[in-house]
Amino acid sequence: MLKHDGIISNEELKAVLPPPARLEKGPVAIIECLQDIPCDPCVSACPVKAIKMQEGITDKPRLEFDICTGCGLCVAKCPGLAIFIINLKHTPGMATVSMSHELLPIPEKGQEVTALDRAGKPVGKVKVVRVINPPAYDRTAVVTIEVPVDQVNNIRAIRV
Amino acid sequence: MTSLRIEHHPVLNFPERKIINFFFEDKQYQGFEGEPIAAALHAAGIRTLRRSPQKDRARGFFCAIGRCSSCIMEVDGQINIMTCITPLAEGMQVRMQKGHGVIKP
Amino acid sequence: MSRNTEVFVIGGGPAGLSAAYVAAKLGARTLLVDDSSRIGGQLIKQTHRFFGSSNRDAGIRGITIADKLQQDIKDVSDKLTVLENTAAVGFYHNKEAGILSHSAYERVSYQSAIVCTGATENSLAFENNDLPGIYGAGGVQTLMNVHGIRPGQKILMIGSGNIGLIVSYQLIQAGVEVVGLVEGSPAIGGYLVHASKIRRLGVPIYTSHTILKALGTDEVEGATICRVDEKFQPVPNTELDIKCDCICLAVGLTPLIDLFQQAHCRMVHVGELGGLVPLHDSSMRTTNPEVFVAGDASGIEEATTAILAGRIAGARAYESVHGKSPQAEEIVAEAREELRTLRSGSTGERIRWGRERVMKEVGEC
Repeated sequence: MLKHDGIISNEELKAVLPPPARLEKGPVAIIECLQDIPCDPCVSACPVKAIKMQEGITDKPRLEFDICTGCGLCVAKCPGLAIFIINLKHTPGMATVSMSHELLPIPEKGQEVTALDRAGKPVGKVKVVRVINPPAYDRTAVVTIEVPVDQVNNIRAIRV
Repeated sequence: MTSLRIEHHPVLNFPERKIINFFFEDKQYQGFEGEPIAAALHAAGIRTLRRSPQKDRARGFFCAIGRCSSCIMEVDGQINIMTCITPLAEGMQVRMQKGHGVIKP
Repeated sequence: MSRNTEVFVIGGGPAGLSAAYVAAKLGARTLLVDDSSRIGGQLIKQTHRFFGSSNRDAGIRGITIADKLQQDIKDVSDKLTVLENTAAVGFYHNKEAGILSHSAYERVSYQSAIVCTGATENSLAFENNDLPGIYGAGGVQTLMNVHGIRPGQKILMIGSGNIGLIVSYQLIQAGVEVVGLVEGSPAIGGYLVHASKIRRLGVPIYTSHTILKALGTDEVEGATICRVDEKFQPVPNTELDIKCDCICLAVGLTPLIDLFQQAHCRMVHVGELGGLVPLHDSSMRTTNPEVFVAGDASGIEEATTAILAGRIAGARAYESVHGKSPQAEEIVAEAREELRTLRSGSTGERIRWGRERVMKEVGEC
């Protein structure tokens, strides 16, 4: 359970998961921010205004899944590194996960890296399909990896 | 210079600094000019900076900002120097204080 | 030698820099002293992006906020004098204080003083807690992020507040293996997103655990931790030895208050704020009308709220020298509203209780 060990349980995750119909349509954000913390950069980062906070900045961000295009601009802006983009429509049987990466080395496109679950346990080798690290991201790279579809909500970090 | 020095960091850049020689208990070491004495010693693998006067316990630095006095040493003959905030200079003679140390005129 | 100033600011961290900037910008002759060789306080060690409102500095790294504040004070250099390597060592009668640098002791006569001395790190009682290799979280950050030196190869973190969680992440970024994070309470104290960030990189989080002793004779070679019950008492036969060469203590901060006591400010003990703090009103004025406070010295919180409280103190200190000003009033109103928002919600509960207690006692003065 998140507050005891830092690991979001499947039960807790339900609150932020997009519905299956939306996942079928392609890339979408998952905002794994489950606590009322005073923080709002994701709201202004979203170019299509899909992220909302109703009761001021200590409200939890709410994502309008049908407005979200999965562009990923919010990922590097989140101080909690808690936003991921998942794309179930990558290739048949394979999905992608995009995540913030602030450790050295920064992997390269095509490189094989070790995928880690929410507890940091290795779950196998995966291929890096995209790395975005422009100056505007201010040293937070966004790395996209190719994962089996059933691992899309299990893999949350990489070891290069 | 040693494995404790950070060569590459994902967020920070550490500027190039001048390498200088200094002495700890008469043995020569290298450090960067202007970095705190305690930092240079730590990077050189020296963590015991003095022994406590009464129970002879090993002492290192703790706060690293000149508050706690855990890091006091004898530097160029002067005792009670807070080495965590005193800049390293070429040829400095750094020693562990014996007991409470002796104030030299 | 002696100096004369209208507003005298002690401490060049986020609170002091903001206070000095606002006071000088409004037009007060201001003097800022800081005892370190580089102003910015703890901000210069913060490599992570800050929480808060994007209208202020959220989403920006602490080191970048430090650069911004330093740039701000350059813009008001005609009114503001900054002395680094200079400590305020005492308050005297007749609005006089003493400052000490490497080369000289001087007297400062001021009309209003803003004391932003910050805080000092707490230690923890356990066997061998004096061994070399046991460092405060601030000490680790200084060594690592200012001087570019790792504290060791393997480190055990004690404390799961935001500082313990964030410094663990910074240690991983610097290439140090964090072998575990120990927390006495059953729940993680800091923001859970910070906890998840280190957990998914493989750091075990031991809640309901405490450190029993550090292992090693002259240096840290490991630690023994154990489970604790609901009353924080060690549970027998749950000991676990962990190999590490450093132990980092992130077990809270205590406001640095010596100067307030010298200035005869009334003090009040508020556990939620970290201990004894000077009693102060919503203008950050203490019970000594010439002395203001901002930042961790007024209660342990974080840098964004310190900046806002510093702005309030700076504006009010200006007014106490030059009289009421609509611009000062505007700065105060804006900062108060931002503070209210930042402290709302469930994670701000403790701070709200603490601050309400201070305000209540001030009302009774």
